[in-house]
Amino acid sequence: MNSSGGKGSMSTASSSAAWKAVDSVPDQFPAGLRVLVVDDDPTCLIILEKMLRTCSYEVTKCNRAETALATLRENKNGFDIVISDVHMPDMDGFKLLEHIGLEMDLPVIMMSADDGKHVVMKGVTHGACDYLIKPVRMEALKNIWQHVIRKRKNGWKDLEQSGSVEEGDRQQKQSEDAEYSSSANEGNWKSSKKRKDDDDETEDRDDTSTLKKPRVVWSVELHQQFVAAVNQLGIDKAVPKKILELMNVPGLTRENVASHLQKYRLYLRRLSGVSPHANNLNNSFMNPQDETFGPLSSVNGLDLQALAAGGQLPAQCLATLQAAALGRSTAKSSIPMPLVDQRNIFSFENPKLRFGEGQQQLMNNNKQVNLLHGIPTTMEPKQLTTSQSIGNINMQVASHGVQSSQNNSSLINMQVAPHGVQSSQNNSALMQMGQPQFAHAPRLPLSVGQPIISNGVAANVSTQNGIRENIRAPGYNPVPQTSSMLNFPMNHASELPGNSFPLGSTPGMSGCISKGTFQEDFNSEIKGSVGFMPSYDIFNDLNQHKPQSWELQNVGMTFDDSRHSNSLQGNLDLSQSVLVQQGFSSGQMSGQNRNAALVSKAMLSAGDSTEPGNPLNASQHLNSLPVDNTIRVKTESVADVTDNLFIDHFGQEDLMSALLKQQQGIAPAENEFDFDGYSLDNIQQDQINGIIRTDE
Amino acid sequence: MDRNRLQHQVACMRRSLFDQGYLDEPFIQLEELQDDANPNFVQEIVTLFYSDSARLIQNIEHALNSRPIDFDKLDDYMHQFKGSSSSIGAKKVTNECTVFREYCSAENAEGCIRSFQQVKQEYAILRRKLEVYLQMVRQAAVSRTA
Repeated sequence: MNSSGGKGSMSTASSSAAWKAVDSVPDQFPAGLRVLVVDDDPTCLIILEKMLRTCSYEVTKCNRAETALATLRENKNGFDIVISDVHMPDMDGFKLLEHIGLEMDLPVIMMSADDGKHVVMKGVTHGACDYLIKPVRMEALKNIWQHVIRKRKNGWKDLEQSGSVEEGDRQQKQSEDAEYSSSANEGNWKSSKKRKDDDDETEDRDDTSTLKKPRVVWSVELHQQFVAAVNQLGIDKAVPKKILELMNVPGLTRENVASHLQKYRLYLRRLSGVSPHANNLNNSFMNPQDETFGPLSSVNGLDLQALAAGGQLPAQCLATLQAAALGRSTAKSSIPMPLVDQRNIFSFENPKLRFGEGQQQLMNNNKQVNLLHGIPTTMEPKQLTTSQSIGNINMQVASHGVQSSQNNSSLINMQVAPHGVQSSQNNSALMQMGQPQFAHAPRLPLSVGQPIISNGVAANVSTQNGIRENIRAPGYNPVPQTSSMLNFPMNHASELPGNSFPLGSTPGMSGCISKGTFQEDFNSEIKGSVGFMPSYDIFNDLNQHKPQSWELQNVGMTFDDSRHSNSLQGNLDLSQSVLVQQGFSSGQMSGQNRNAALVSKAMLSAGDSTEPGNPLNASQHLNSLPVDNTIRVKTESVADVTDNLFIDHFGQEDLMSALLKQQQGIAPAENEFDFDGYSLDNIQQDQINGIIRTDE
Repeated sequence: MDRNRLQHQVACMRRSLFDQGYLDEPFIQLEELQDDANPNFVQEIVTLFYSDSARLIQNIEHALNSRPIDFDKLDDYMHQFKGSSSSIGAKKVTNECTVFREYCSAENAEGCIRSFQQVKQEYAILRRKLEVYLQMVRQAAVSRTA
């Protein structure tokens, strides 16, 4: 039992510390779990409090959502999990859920006397990690700790995977591919091809196999050049070699372009598949603007939501998906564009797809998209058509469809699933999941339009909020404009799987959006899954959020440009980025403005709470870390971006900037979350170390 | 002994409350939550329930009397009422709430008014019985410690 016996006391440091370590769960675990319970019904509230106390949890109760949010904001690191009623007078429980997902990335359990399928589904789509029907039994509360651990574990797993286990991942991917392809006849062929491609990608070698290439920072300018080259060649004809020639950038290698192209394609697919205006895809991408942001986010969000909605997506799947998506992209630089390879593999699958008109699109869309297509899923053609662009749909579907089906096409999930589907799931699962999703056409717009905070995925799914985040992980920031950059990555969240952002950069590196530095890594980081780090790069994970969601926030927030005149702003930016990331991950892209608003609001409040000194500290921390200079650069850009962020109207750019900035702020912790004093355990340290290592 | 008899009476009444469907599983949970730290937990919760219910019932009455009837608000109130009554295991009351909500979603004013009468009735019955029961429990507890 926690030492803080007081009712409603905030978690104490001791209990916090006890919870920090994922790996080393304290003996008294889950005692001391810090729960915030929100319910306007006083009777229920008291009963819940008592029950939770009896479970040895540390309970804080709130009878109003606004109070709960304020409490959470003041105490960013103070809670492990939130339980909230659905019907509340001052704020809808789902809205609160979204806020929490965006800002704090904590697992949230919804509860209600209402057990209607619709409401429960809403919980799923909004990202609740569980849904309890009132009257809540103590047995149900006893096990809520699992959601906390699961989230952490998922984050860790990604982290580990992205970190050093590249080989393992590769193997896993290959096996996943094999599984996936096994559904098709060409399984063997695909697997071997994939393996080969993976090897190539992973080792980032082509001609200069022995050299470990430094990560390329896809700055805005560079990306613009890339896009121009791609457009000139035609998206279907754009091959890395030709693009490279057109771009004529010294030092850029074919591999760099290839992986970037892969992400870009995913991004495009996602754009087209996701939104009702799918066809804008190419256009929107060309002008990476807000629009793209929207659809992408929606896509991402959609996927998760869809999955969740489908109810078929077990939490695990979602988490996997997200992790995969996120992890992939960031992770392993060694595998820059697994997607590319997969694309080939999957395109093979296309014919197999049973999608009707969607097929056309599939073909048209990147082959990469096919990845999903190839999955012998039960997707109905109509479903595809709903999404407009098959490719994207697949992607999305996949993400949605992450089903627990065991087969794993986890590979696919990883790669295709923008949402970072975790590998364990089959692509088919994805597809299947997607089905329900698409079948509910309205859902798409729904997710798009709503800043849904998919905290983890469907009810009962343990996917935690992380999943959400995966989606966010925009792996690709091709747009020169800050907004585009932001948008893109977000959209690319799905791409992440394939694109290990070679930019070593580490999360912070993501280049300042304002500067237009486009970093792949950053993008992945953008995914910022606050809570859930799919892990590709340790750094990303660190940045994003390590096993401990609450900690992540701090991380992101900490980065602050000392240069920034308004230190507070700096903090805010970070917060914003954090928030943005969170928001993104939940795939709320669609509600960009809304998200932005949310984010900005959240961030502002967050920022307000930060001490002015934080930025300085952050900077100091930053400086103290043997971080790549790029980080410093980013800092500057962050500062620039900050200004943008403070604009009332938060465009996507702002969000993206925020994300990017957040990305940058990996190491340094905000004052309140002083890195040194950070309660993060060794894991984070390792992450940081890992990040630093990757930078080398 | 008095105490034994009291305890026996308490047990009997308790059983009948469950057998007759007035109380349900959640009430047992409340009882289990009662411990040395909260020796009157059940009573506290029930009292809280009474005051909260009184407020909700008043709101519902008011909403039912207003014209036109705002069914959304009605449903909202009743949802809350159902939530708290189910939390303490007030089975019959909760069931009547469900009936009410059905009429409410059908926007059947007549049905709402009728079923609300049922809700109030069940609520009144349960309240009386609980008061008797809890008083007995208190007496038995006191006699035990005496």
